[in-house]
Amino acid sequence: METLYAAMDMLLPFEWLRYTFMKNALLAMLLITPLFGLLGTMAVDNKMAFFSDALGHSALTGIAIGVVLGWENQMASMLVFGVIWAILITFVKHHSKMSADTIISVFSSTSIALGLVVLSRGGAFAKYSSVLVGDVLSVTQGDLLALLLALAAACAVWVFLFNPLMITSVNSPLARSRGIRSRMTEYAFTILVAVAVMVSIRWVGVMLINSLLILPAAASHNVARGASQYMRLSVIISVVCGVAGLVLSYYLNTSAGAAVVLCCAAVYFVTLPMRRK
Amino acid sequence: MEKIKPLRKSQYAPEGSGDTQHRACAHPPLSGPDAGCKLCRIEVDKLTVAFGRQVPLKDVSLHIHCGELTALIGTNGAGKTTLLRALLGQIDYKGTIRHLSSDGRPAADLRTGYVPQQLEFDRSSPVTVMDFMAGALSRRPVFLGVSRKTRARVMTALARTHCEALCDRAMGALSGGELQRVLLALALTPQPDLLILDEPVSGVDQNGLESFYQTVDELKHKNHMAILLVSHDLSVVERYADRVVLMQGTVVKQGVPEVVFDSPEFEQVFYTKGGRA
Repeated sequence: METLYAAMDMLLPFEWLRYTFMKNALLAMLLITPLFGLLGTMAVDNKMAFFSDALGHSALTGIAIGVVLGWENQMASMLVFGVIWAILITFVKHHSKMSADTIISVFSSTSIALGLVVLSRGGAFAKYSSVLVGDVLSVTQGDLLALLLALAAACAVWVFLFNPLMITSVNSPLARSRGIRSRMTEYAFTILVAVAVMVSIRWVGVMLINSLLILPAAASHNVARGASQYMRLSVIISVVCGVAGLVLSYYLNTSAGAAVVLCCAAVYFVTLPMRRK
Repeated sequence: MEKIKPLRKSQYAPEGSGDTQHRACAHPPLSGPDAGCKLCRIEVDKLTVAFGRQVPLKDVSLHIHCGELTALIGTNGAGKTTLLRALLGQIDYKGTIRHLSSDGRPAADLRTGYVPQQLEFDRSSPVTVMDFMAGALSRRPVFLGVSRKTRARVMTALARTHCEALCDRAMGALSGGELQRVLLALALTPQPDLLILDEPVSGVDQNGLESFYQTVDELKHKNHMAILLVSHDLSVVERYADRVVLMQGTVVKQGVPEVVFDSPEFEQVFYTKGGRA
C-alpha cells in the first residue's frame, strides 16, 4: 500500500492528494464509480431506477437489524439484509398483479420506517446519520480491499450477465424462448446491485447512491451508439465525475458524494439535447 | 407425460450447424399448393394446462405439419397464448407434445423459434440490431465487441428476412414492421422446427403487414418448416393459413380455412359473442 501511495505522490503531485485520507478517497472513487457505471446501464434499460433507490433505503434497516442482533460488523448485516430484500422485492413483483412501482414503494417505505424506528430508539439516530450522506474521506485500507473484491466479482459476473440482461430488457418471453433463464438473470442482477449498493453506501450515502447508479448510465444513454459505446461511456462518465467531484469537494469543502452526483447531473443535462432522434 | 425441452444453449451452435437446414424432415422442400409433406409433424395430444383452479386449456389435440402455416384463432382468453407458452416449454402441462420425423418416429427435441406479440422496451436505448442479434447468438458479451464470425452469422440471418440494412440501427428507432423482421430473423436462427408467431404484426401498417407475411410464406415454401400463427386478423388467416384451428378453451374446430370459417362453431364463437374479433 505504501508503494501505491508513493507512486501516487510521484505521478499525481497535487495539493489535494497530499493527505492519506484523500489518497484513499481517490482510490475508493476509482473502484466505486466504474462498478456503478457498469451496472447502471442495465438498471436503466431494465427500468430498475426506482428499484435501486429502494435498495439504497434498505441499508438503514440492514444497519438496524445488525444493531438488534448485536453484530459489530455493519457491512455484514447490510449485505445480508440487502440481498434478502432484493430477492424479496423481485419475488413479490413477479408473483403479484400489482404494478411494480407500487410494490417497490411499499418495500422502500417499510424499510426506511423500520430502520428509523430501530435506530432512533432512545434518540440515538445521530450516531447513524452519517450513512444518509456518506463520507468517502473515512475510507480505510480494509474498506478499499472490500471495494476491490466487489468490483472484481461484479466484472466477472457481468461477462455472463450482460447479454441475457440485454435480451431480457427487450422482451422477456422472447429471451426465455432463446433458452435464457430470464428470471434467474434478473435475480442475479438484483443481487449484484444489492451487493454494489451495500459495499458503497457508507461512502456515498443512502440519499445519493441511486443517482450514482442511474445518472452516468442515463447520460451515456443520451449520446451512445451501440451497446459497447453505451457501457464504455457510462463507465468513463462515472469515473471522471467521481474524481472531479472529489476534487471539487476538497476545494469547496462540501460533501464528496453530493459533489460527484452534481457532476454526473451536469453531464446528463449537457448530453440531454444531444439525444439521438 | 412427455415434455419437450425448450431451446437451451443450442442457440449458440456455431455457424453452419443447421442455421438454414430443416433437421427432422429429410423430405426435399416442396412447393405449390401441396407443400405440406404431411409426414414430419408436431403432435399435441390431450394437452391440459391448469393454474390452480383455473383451467385455461383442456384436452387440446392438434397436429402441426411442417411446410404448412397453421393459424390459431379465437376470442381473447380462448387459450391461444397459453398453448404457445406450453409449446415453448415455458409452463407446465399435462398431455404430450411430440415431434415426429418423416417416418413417424420421434425426432430430435423440438427446436422452436418465437416472434413475440408486441414489445414494450426502452425505445431510447442505444442497443443496435447488431448488438441485440449478437447478444442472442453468441456468448461473448456484446460490450467487448462483436466477433467477425458472429457478425457474419447475424448478417446471414438478417438477409433471410431482407433487413441487412438495419444492422447498425438502434432497436428503438425501427418501425413496427422493421422490428418484426429483425425478430423473425432471430427466430429463424438457428433454423427452428416450429416457428411460432404470436400476433406478430399488431400495430404494423398495411405495407409492413403484407411484406411480413410474404416473407413468412416464402420461408414456408423454401425451408419447409412448421409455422404456428396466432392472429386476430381473419383476412390474413384466410389468405396465408393452410390450416386453421379455432379455439375456445379447447379446440372447437380445425381444418382448412374455408371449412372452419363456414362452420357453425365459427359462427357461434365470433358472431353470437359480440361480433367478429
